[in-house]
Amino acid sequence: MPEIRNFTLNFGPQHPAAHGVLRLVLEMDGEVIERADPHIGLLHRATEKLAESKPWNQSIGYMDRLDYVSMMCNEHGYVLAMEKLLGITPPLRAQYIRVLFDEITRILNHLLWIGAHGLDVGAMTMFLYAFREREDLMDLYEAVSGTRMHATYYRPGGVYRDLPDTMPQYQASKWHSQKEVDRKNEKRQGSMLDFIEAFTERFPGCVDDYETLLTDNRIWKQRTVGIGVVSPERALQLGFSGPMLRGSGVEWDLRKKQPYEVYDRMDFDIPVGTTGDCYDRYLVRIEEMRQSNRIIRQCVDWLRSNPGPVMLDDHKLVPPRREEMKADMEALIHHFKLFTEGFCVPEGEAYAAIEHPKGEFGVYIISDGANKPYRLKVRAPGFAHLSAMDEMVRGHMLADVVAVIGTQDIVFGEIDR
Amino acid sequence: MDRLSNFLKSLTLSELRKGLGVTGRHLFRRKITVQYPEEKTPQSNRFRGLHALRRYPNGEERCIACKLCEAVCPALAITIEAEERDDGTRRTTRYDIDLFKCIYCGFCEESCPVDSIVETRIYEYAFEERGENIMTKEMLLAVGDKYEEQIARDRMQDAAYR
Repeated sequence: MPEIRNFTLNFGPQHPAAHGVLRLVLEMDGEVIERADPHIGLLHRATEKLAESKPWNQSIGYMDRLDYVSMMCNEHGYVLAMEKLLGITPPLRAQYIRVLFDEITRILNHLLWIGAHGLDVGAMTMFLYAFREREDLMDLYEAVSGTRMHATYYRPGGVYRDLPDTMPQYQASKWHSQKEVDRKNEKRQGSMLDFIEAFTERFPGCVDDYETLLTDNRIWKQRTVGIGVVSPERALQLGFSGPMLRGSGVEWDLRKKQPYEVYDRMDFDIPVGTTGDCYDRYLVRIEEMRQSNRIIRQCVDWLRSNPGPVMLDDHKLVPPRREEMKADMEALIHHFKLFTEGFCVPEGEAYAAIEHPKGEFGVYIISDGANKPYRLKVRAPGFAHLSAMDEMVRGHMLADVVAVIGTQDIVFGEIDR
Repeated sequence: MDRLSNFLKSLTLSELRKGLGVTGRHLFRRKITVQYPEEKTPQSNRFRGLHALRRYPNGEERCIACKLCEAVCPALAITIEAEERDDGTRRTTRYDIDLFKCIYCGFCEESCPVDSIVETRIYEYAFEERGENIMTKEMLLAVGDKYEEQIARDRMQDAAYR
């Protein structure tokens, strides 16, 4: 009788379903996983070390690049930690704008997730539908910050610029006549808030479409129900957070449990799963999109009726307005001081966590009173989730590994940092 | 009764039909496709793309070599060398931006006290050879000259917010 040995399979780092540069070393018994060993570090860019060598503000742009599908949320974590140490609170309008964009980011992230997860599991169409809606949200990012992804929009003390009063429009071309373009531009006539409101009216219908395509679909259910089950106790022990934890039935959401910014004024619910399998996590994320939509609507209503500053007026931290800078000597001195040296943050340490689309995104900073952090530590939710990979896929088939990677919503930017 | 209706639903492939219905509905909807090279998506006036150096209306370059952008650049992509000119004004002799290093955060534009370095709307550029990623002062000024009208209009529209 020949000796039967396990087979070792290298999954990734170039595999399209590995969501970036995940390398999994799988020990297989036939088609059943005996052990999964994730290898990370292929996207390591030393963001934490890099931050130690540049003034506080200059690292904001690098935070976008951690989890590169939920950009502004990463910035939020970093900026919030800085504000905690500085002991400042941004103006109310800035807080609303931040909440608005956090929720837009959550929808962006979940749309990419549902597209990619669907694609991995075999529902190719999802990708196209999800990206159609993402386009509008990307336009919002661009309208407000000037880039479609890496915004660098949040600043300690508020946000860089107020929301614009106009939206850019489609132009007529040889492919589309003026009439067709006018129809496309219909939603873009008013301010940015009007555009967002139009989106929130349309979006629940889009989510209904996704649900019609997936929720009852027998293939989707066969691929996700009962796959990667995590019990609530185990989920807590493994350090899960966000939809991964809520999918297991633990009602934990930082927006409710330790509200930051203006989340305590928002009316929304936390969806919770029951069985803790891939299907429940899917349902949780779908419902989260609907709830985000609700929060966005509330923010839009408030922002419409409450104009005001979006930045603190403290020129030791925030550069003066350009007009002021050009006319006033003292403002110019502040401008030069802030853009060369930056500001100093009092000695101490602070941890700020936000409910990132993927879970608890925390930034822990230590300051020695200089104009740059002494140490910056990023708590990436994906790291804890990936650590549970072995436990979640053990005993499942090879094809289920892909479903589990999808359900964990892994992005390597934040895991490797 | 529940079991019977579930059985019937499953037998008639009702959920797959509904899904197909969504696809069918979208098949006859208006298309949102943008025919890219001929047609472009709307672009915000805040867009941060390729850099440019601007001039004053009299043709004099704006940049006074204060090096704020060099200091604030998180990626250290800007290199400036400066000298005093014969007429006593301070100007750059070298202004290089390494587009491989640049992360397009827009801090250089934010920091510039004379609105000289700007990030334009241009996003379609590519390099074919090594070294083309370095934008020299001449190249930056040329971009600025070519698109000055657009650049000035964008800054003016956004002036109230900055």
